[in-house]
Amino acid sequence: MPASARRRTRRPGPVVTILAALGLALLVLPLLGLLLRAPWGELPRLLASTEVLQALGLSLLTASLSTLASLVLGIPLAVLLAHSVAWSVVPRRLLRAVITIPMVLPPVVGGIALLLLLGRRGVLGQWLAEVGVTLPFTTGAVVIAQTFVAMPFLVFAVEGALRSADRRSELAAASLGASRAQVFRLVTLPLVAPGIGAGAVLCFTRALGEFGATITFAGSFPGVTRTLPIASYLAMNSDPDTAIALALLLLAVSLAVLLALRDRWLPGVVR
Amino acid sequence: MSLLEIDLVVPRDAFDVVARLEVPSGRALALVGPNGSGKSTVLGAIAGLVAATGTLRLDGRDLAGLPAESRGIGLVFQDLLLFPHLSVRDNVAFPARVRGSARAAARAAADPWLDRFDLRDLADRHPGALSGGQAQRVALARALASQPAVLVLDEPMTSLDVEIRDEVRADLARDIRAFDGPTIVVSHDVADAALADEVAVLERGRIVQRGTLAQLAAAPATPWVRRFTR
Amino acid sequence: MRRSALPAVVAGVVLLAGCAAPAPTAEPDALAGTVTVLAAASLAGPLDELAAAFEDTHPGVDVVISYGGSSALAEQIVSGSPVDVFFSANEATMATVADAGLAVDPEVLLTNVLQIAVPPGNPGGVTGLADFADADLTIALCDPAVPCGSAAEKLFAATGITPSADTLEEDVKAALTKVALGEVDAALVYVTDVIAAGDEVDGIEVPEAADAVNRYPIARLSGAPNADAAHAFVDLAASAAGIRFFTDAGFGTP
Repeated sequence: MPASARRRTRRPGPVVTILAALGLALLVLPLLGLLLRAPWGELPRLLASTEVLQALGLSLLTASLSTLASLVLGIPLAVLLAHSVAWSVVPRRLLRAVITIPMVLPPVVGGIALLLLLGRRGVLGQWLAEVGVTLPFTTGAVVIAQTFVAMPFLVFAVEGALRSADRRSELAAASLGASRAQVFRLVTLPLVAPGIGAGAVLCFTRALGEFGATITFAGSFPGVTRTLPIASYLAMNSDPDTAIALALLLLAVSLAVLLALRDRWLPGVVR
Repeated sequence: MSLLEIDLVVPRDAFDVVARLEVPSGRALALVGPNGSGKSTVLGAIAGLVAATGTLRLDGRDLAGLPAESRGIGLVFQDLLLFPHLSVRDNVAFPARVRGSARAAARAAADPWLDRFDLRDLADRHPGALSGGQAQRVALARALASQPAVLVLDEPMTSLDVEIRDEVRADLARDIRAFDGPTIVVSHDVADAALADEVAVLERGRIVQRGTLAQLAAAPATPWVRRFTR
Repeated sequence: MRRSALPAVVAGVVLLAGCAAPAPTAEPDALAGTVTVLAAASLAGPLDELAAAFEDTHPGVDVVISYGGSSALAEQIVSGSPVDVFFSANEATMATVADAGLAVDPEVLLTNVLQIAVPPGNPGGVTGLADFADADLTIALCDPAVPCGSAAEKLFAATGITPSADTLEEDVKAALTKVALGEVDAALVYVTDVIAAGDEVDGIEVPEAADAVNRYPIARLSGAPNADAAHAFVDLAASAAGIRFFTDAGFGTP
């Protein structure tokens, strides 16, 4: 195709443009409403309050720990999932379905499930209680709840990277004298790194925004388990200004994470 | 002066691939045959990337039990398989890095190869920004930079535009002649037989004829050989 | 063609006019449409029964109830949600709506007292309110931002006990669920919740709670989409027959 013809690619038609504009409006206008109604004058005072700072600190800590846990457990799981193409149909589909479930389950249901497993009377929880380990109402429970809902995002992102990266590069590396460890370090990891980065960002922001599973399994106590979303929801009852301030904070942190990791480590995810 | 003696069997679904070949140092053998006859399988077995039974002797030493990274077989893949995340220079420097050189030393070791294959100007480009002919030169430079004892090329012309094949083939023939050790070129194209001193024909996993192109043309052992040499 | 259609059109217009204009004093069968009620979560069971009785008397009416934390519901109304009736769990949240000029004639109908809820068998060995200060027990309370929590706060202040809570829930049902699941040793909830939970929880009375009673006001709203039906609904709730639904469930009267 001559260069001039390539440049003249057909623009989207009117129907597509209108629907796309509506879709964009749906996504952008609520945020705009939030920004327009925010009590900007009050913001410094609101953001400096103990409850807000506690919630912010707790959210950042737990989301980071959840992302770490998701990397440690999720990358091997993604490797397994990528390998499962060699399995027979039923186990392969089962594995994929099981990993998908936390993404589609209503978070509160996930929280209840965690409670039934790890609560004081839970299937595993009762044994843990016997050795003196109780999980509900602890910060650890928050990390578990967040990891439960957020890890699948990382698993699928890394699996996608593993599948699309040309793994035959590993064969080339071997033919050039690279040992298995060298292949992993010099070829596989760099090829998959962008996918891991993208997965980690998705995982972090999902963990940051997690509400239903956390409040059901871990409860809600300032400084221990009351993360930003939970604090915001509670504040809606009595103090909408604080609720808005908390919401803005969540928005700002998520945007900061996305922007800080753009391009340098995630070419193609966020330009 | 080394001798490569291949005696490998690779079981496959439809038939076993049985390769019994010898290639002396400094000589090139073209392994030809119809698609699906097992040519790439033979290459994979020689390189250690495909499981096989039998022996693979180089100067009497059996490589068959060694993993791919220890065999010293330089392989130029049909799809070239350049590392997309590395520049041309780093691709060619890869074998040195693998042998333990630090990044700077490996890059210095790659420079002579870049010069020899006229890749200096392309040194900082990434494989995605190369033409077919350029990428092939990089793949060959990289394979030779690993200082292999044996050189194997899998369908070297297929990734190239038809117009440039003759020119590239001439350069490749020169490079193969310059290589000390035994060389095997796999192809289904009779024009590539000109890269080698001898031709072996593989059909349905068996060597059915071996000789110079002229010998094959004069007395084709099978209908395929007759069509091939026409 | 047009001549024969005219009588039908006239008849249609008359019929429509008859339906659109409500009679000044609504007779039971003239009420129609939907009545939207926002009510405190603790009213759930008995209010559903009241609504069913109302629908039986007024077949043309559909009662739609949305339960939640009274404070959150009050905020919804103040933000402009089109609601007919508000039935809240404390006077402070009703005041929020009244201060915005939206509540018409609020009237306190019910009272509720706090009671301790424990898992069946009382595994934590809770005997009274003083145990809520025990850091070794796992305790759930409502957050002070919601009516149940502010009542609890007043109660603790009045009795001089500093509670050691492990979680401050957003609504009383959430606290109760944690008791029912055995995840906490005790929670402070309403007596009506303990009754409603039946065998799932045991209740322990708090004698001091009689001094910190929650008062439940009801009001129809000035912006009610269905003013007449709203009025009738509030009247029914306030009547002796209506109140009985609630007293049967453990509520008191002022």
